[in-house]
Formats: sequence, structure tokens, C-alpha cells
Amino acid sequence: MIHPETSAAAEARVAPAETVPFRFNDLLAIEPLRADEITFLLDQAKPFQEIQHHPLKKLATLRGKTVGIAFFEASTRTRISFSTAAARLGADAMQLQAESSSLQKGESLLDTVRTLDAMKADCIVMRHGSSGAADFVARRLEIPVLNAGDGTHEHPTQALLDALTIRDRLGRLDGWNVSIIGDILHSRVARSNIHLLSRFGCRITLCGPPMWVPPELEHLASGGEPLRRVSRVEEALDGADIVIVLRVQQERLHEPKLPLDEYVMLYQLTPERLGLARPGALVLHPGPMIRGLEIDPSVADGPQSCVLDQVTNGLAVRMALLFLLIGHGGEGFPAKDNS
Amino acid sequence: MLLIKGGRLVDPASGTDSPRDILIEGERISAVEAPGSIAARNGDVQEFDAAGLIVAPGFIDMHCHLREPGGENSETIETGTRAAARGGFTAVCPMPNTRPVHDNASVTRSMMERAQSAHTRVWPIGAASIGSRGDALAEIAAMQKSGVVAVSDDGHPIATAKLLRQVMDYCRSLGMPVIDHCEDTSLAAGASMREGPASIRTGVRGMPAATETIGVGRDIQMAELTGCRFHVAHLSARGSLEMVRVAKHKGLAVSCEITPHHFTMIDEEVGYDTHRKMNPPLGSRDDREALIEGLADGTVDAIATDHAPHEPATKEVEFDRAPFGITGFETALGLALELVHAKQIGLARMVELFTTGPARVLGMHRRLAAGESADLTIFSTEHRWTYRAAESASKSRNTPFDGREFRGGPMATIVAGRVVYRR
Repeated sequence: MIHPETSAAAEARVAPAETVPFRFNDLLAIEPLRADEITFLLDQAKPFQEIQHHPLKKLATLRGKTVGIAFFEASTRTRISFSTAAARLGADAMQLQAESSSLQKGESLLDTVRTLDAMKADCIVMRHGSSGAADFVARRLEIPVLNAGDGTHEHPTQALLDALTIRDRLGRLDGWNVSIIGDILHSRVARSNIHLLSRFGCRITLCGPPMWVPPELEHLASGGEPLRRVSRVEEALDGADIVIVLRVQQERLHEPKLPLDEYVMLYQLTPERLGLARPGALVLHPGPMIRGLEIDPSVADGPQSCVLDQVTNGLAVRMALLFLLIGHGGEGFPAKDNS
Repeated sequence: MLLIKGGRLVDPASGTDSPRDILIEGERISAVEAPGSIAARNGDVQEFDAAGLIVAPGFIDMHCHLREPGGENSETIETGTRAAARGGFTAVCPMPNTRPVHDNASVTRSMMERAQSAHTRVWPIGAASIGSRGDALAEIAAMQKSGVVAVSDDGHPIATAKLLRQVMDYCRSLGMPVIDHCEDTSLAAGASMREGPASIRTGVRGMPAATETIGVGRDIQMAELTGCRFHVAHLSARGSLEMVRVAKHKGLAVSCEITPHHFTMIDEEVGYDTHRKMNPPLGSRDDREALIEGLADGTVDAIATDHAPHEPATKEVEFDRAPFGITGFETALGLALELVHAKQIGLARMVELFTTGPARVLGMHRRLAAGESADLTIFSTEHRWTYRAAESASKSRNTPFDGREFRGGPMATIVAGRVVYRR
């Protein structure tokens, strides 16, 4: 039940900005965003961060709106985060999960999302195992598409919530030394973070088993310096302000398997290794964490770890995006370019 | 009788590049003479005004997919050869990956039967192994007797070096070329495009250029061992071309073809466009430069389309789930002329790549002279036109060149004296 005063007060704070410097009708990737657009999105999330700490968290802002949540790949955290974000804005969620969907019966992706469209969803939040799947759907539907992770391409809301976390903890986003450790090649989180943080002049170092950190990654971020690749994790951590630890995605590997004991030996973020970073360096992990594999439990639970902040900020970022993409009823946005 | 008047005759076989008139009687050329010197005969001569146009020997597409039998929703021999005729081709070589696989002479005979009413000549390529499965030799000699001109397990490489050796030994004695889709299948597995900065950016699983070069290396060594004529299908990488160049210098009977899409587009243009997904995938900018050098310097023997029709629904899916391949008959000449206009290859060389080049690989000849079969391609180098996929004669629309503006293209296609296409 909504407390009328709380709701009204909170809604006043999330009133839309006078002008919306956001050119897109969808959020498919970080790569096309400019720094000022990213800053705008993070600023938009600010009031929603506060709401997470209210005793009554539900707004009526999107009452009557429906968010289609279409996950074609197993996920618990991100799906619950988006569902909760929709609920706290007063929107209804229409859930579609791969295990129960007609995709299992051979229906095409396009037919599936057209069904959600025909049920008059106001936007689609989608996760899919194929890179480019969100782009594919966005080009074919009028309603906004919010990419919750497409294959090994991008996971834009993860990068935004990471950026919000960094900005809150360190006061700004610009100019940090950021080390990303793990399977960069197959990580959509890494790609989105690389695009976002390089927009703000962060110096990014990539480290992991060599077949997961191919040379082509050096030029992933357009403009600016090439990314640094190092093979020893100690070298990667030396002087780092921010350490992003990636999950070892054993389910995603098409390759011959790596010996996991050696991964632990060579790349695990241990307290000793974290000691090489700047004092107070932040540790981020997109979750789910596998303690004892990519990260030592004492680091995961230590004072430098941001993992729980990341989860809370995920709600704020996703609420802000849902509000931005469907809360305006299309006003203030250019017509969708489906070319 | 048909008198083709006023055209510029470009015939690589005789080295001719000058104005000539051509008289066709029945299925054959009866005279090739200086302009105006073919004496007017009584009444029944039809005239074709070829002023301002190029008159060339009939174009051959030595690599295409007509999908019949088994894939008639995406193409048939009738629709495919109609599209080929509109592209200026007088003969096409359909690959054997039909359903059932074209691995025996009864399939050859039924295809040749259907080809009776086709718009172009159909010179099928048979499977090298039964079912193209790589276990046992197909009935190659029987297929050859019924009309097959080469063998290939296209779509896949010939599975093992040992089988390839058998196929090559066998085909050498039959005087037939072996065409291979050169690929290391372990590197290609699960990949949808070329590995490189573009695939890293889009997160699409890529295959490195070595996927192809490893296969080309294996096959050239086997061609050397057996003495068989070996032809690299749809070559796409600089490294492959360099190996073919070395093999030719050594005097081996090795040849290769390049598709218009590989000499026109590169991996950076792929994005998630399923109409730019084919196998081998588009290469890097450097590969494209190498291919154009190979087209110019004679290393490349043929331009071949790898026309691969797919019905729309199959391409209207996630990038990594889409089938490989694009249509190509109707845009091949327009794209090749782009290289001519950019002065990257000469006009006579381009004609060679569509005519005497592929003919030589297939052990045939192609020339414009009295007594020869009247197969001709007449085209413009200047005519401005826009390609519209919706108006294609093919049953399928899977082309990345929809809406592309071309300078020059086919104006008439003549097969055995019959005008099968006229713009």
C-alpha cells in the first residue's frame, strides 16, 4: 500500500528534468553514449537511490504501465532487480522466462517479442544469449528496449550501476586506474565497463588468461589511449584505484577447459594481491561471485568490497531507466530511428 | 539469325578488344567481323544494336546454390537460373549440398532433366564423398558421365587428408578438378564472422583467418602429392592467396575463385546484419586489399558468386542463429565493374575472370569465333541502375546490396543463340 505523503514527496523529487539530453529511445549499449549522457543517467538515478532507504519504497509514477521482462537466458539477480525496479515504480511486470517460454517449442525470438508487444507492454527488458539480440528486437519494435545483457556484447545497466557505485565512493568517475581481472573476451560486463570508464579518462588495465585477453581488445574503446594488457595479476593491481573482478563463466566456455586450480593460483584476488593496489582501492564484482575461485572470501566481505552497494544501486539505475524510457509517454524523445 | 551490331568485343581467348559485329545462326556463331562487314542477307536477320556496349563470351558462375532438390522454398533451378541470366551468366555450377545430397548419378540426371527448361546452362558439381559426410568416395565417374563438371563437399571441407588424397587421385584420372571449401572445422565451430577487432567489439564469436589458410595449406600439399587439379572455393584471406600464388609459381595445377562480396565488403561492416553473414566470413580491410591484388595480377582465376539463397524467415533471427550465405547472381557484374571504374582491374581482365578463367579451371574453353556455341554476355559499363531485392528473379531476398546504385550491368544474355535475358 502506498503512503500518500511519502509517495507524493518522493515523486516530486523524481520529476523529469527540463530538457532530456538523452538521444535514444532504447538502451542497448554503452558504446554509443557520450560522457554527458552517462552523467545524466547517473544523476537521474540519484533520487531513486534515496528511495531504496525509505520505509515505503513504492511510487505510483508508472502506475498503469507494463514492463515486459523477457529473459531468454538463465538469470536470477538481474531479473529480480528489474522486476523490483518496475514494482517500486508502480508498474506491472509481464514475465517471460526461457524455461517456460514457447522458445522451447521452436518459436522465433521475433514472434515471442511481438507477442509481448501485442499484449501492450510499454517496454521490453531483455536478456539473451546472442550478441546483438537486443539490437535485433529494437529495430523491429516501436516500444523501448532495455538491454539486460546480450551474449558477450554489452550489459549496459551493470556498467551504469558500477559507475554510480564508484562515483558515490570516490566522489568522481574521472581519471582512475581501473583493473579488470578475468575472462574479458566473453564478458559483456567488461565491454560495457570499458566503454563507460574510458569515456571518463580512466586508464584501464586488462588481465586474465591470455586466450581471454586477446590483443584486439586493446582498441575496443574508441578514441583515447589503447587499453593496457598485462599477463601478471600483480602487475595489473599495482597502483589500481578500482579492481573489477569478473566471474569465471564456466557455463559459457566453448573452449577446451582451463585448469581451475591454476586460475586460482594465477588470478584470484587475494588480500595480499589487493595490497598492491592503492590503499582503499575499490573492489567490484558483477555477481554472482564464486568465493574461492576468482575472489578470496575475505576480500569479498572486506571493507573495500562494493558488491552489496552494487546490488542496491542496480535497483536505482534500473528505476531511473524505466522512468526515463517509458515515464514520459514518448514526449521529449525524437522519433525512433529504425533505419 | 541474330546480328549483334556495333558492340565492343572483349574476348580474352583471342586477346581481342575492338569493335566487331557477330552473326549467330541457330545455336552457333557463324561470323565475327569488322563493323558493317557482315553482308546483309535476305530478310530474316534480327538485329541487336550493341552500340556503346561490351560484347563478351558468356559468363560462367562456377559456384552457386540452386537449392533443388530439397530446398525449393528458397530457390529452384528455374528461379535460380532466371536470376543468373539477369546477372549476365550463361552457365552456372550448382554445388551438391542439396537434399538429398547430389552424390550419385540419378540426382545428376534428374537435375539435367530439370535444367532442360532452365534459363542458363547448368553444369553441376557433384559431392566428393557419399552424403558429403567424408566417409567414402561418391560415384564420381558415373556423375561425370551424366554431366557433373567437378566435385566438392562444399559447405564443408573434404573431411580428412586421407579421403582428400583418394578423391584427388581419382579425379586426376578422370581429368576433373576437386573444389574444396577450405576450413579447419574446430576453429570454425560456433563462429559467425571473422575474428578480429570487429568481432571483439560486437561480441560475436569469430573464426581467425587461419581457419581457412590451414585448409588451403593441407589441400595444396595434397594437390602436389597427387598431381590433381585443385581449386579453392570462395577464397577470403590474404594468407590463402599467398599460398595459391606460391603454388602457381611452382607449376602446380592450383586455382582459386573470389566472390564479389569478399572483394567488396569487410568485417567492420558486418554489425549484426544477417545479410552480411556468410562462410567464409568477410575478411579484414587488409584481406580485401590482397584479394583485389590477386584479381589484378592473375593469381585469381575466377569471380564466383556463391549465390546462397535463404527464405526470409531464416535470416530474420539472431545473428548467431542465422544461416550463412547471401544471393549474388544479379549483383556480381555490377560489383566487379566497381573495381574496373576504380581502376583496380582492367575491363579485359574482369571479363577473363567471368569467362576464360573459370572455363580453364573446368577444363573447357570460352571464345567468340565462328563455329563456337553462341553463348554471349552483353553489358554496359555506364548504365546507371539501382538494385532492388524485391524485384529479384531469385526466390530469396537475402542480399546486402538492396538499394545499391550501380554503374554498368548486364544488358543481354544469350545462351545457345537464344536471348534469355534482355534489359
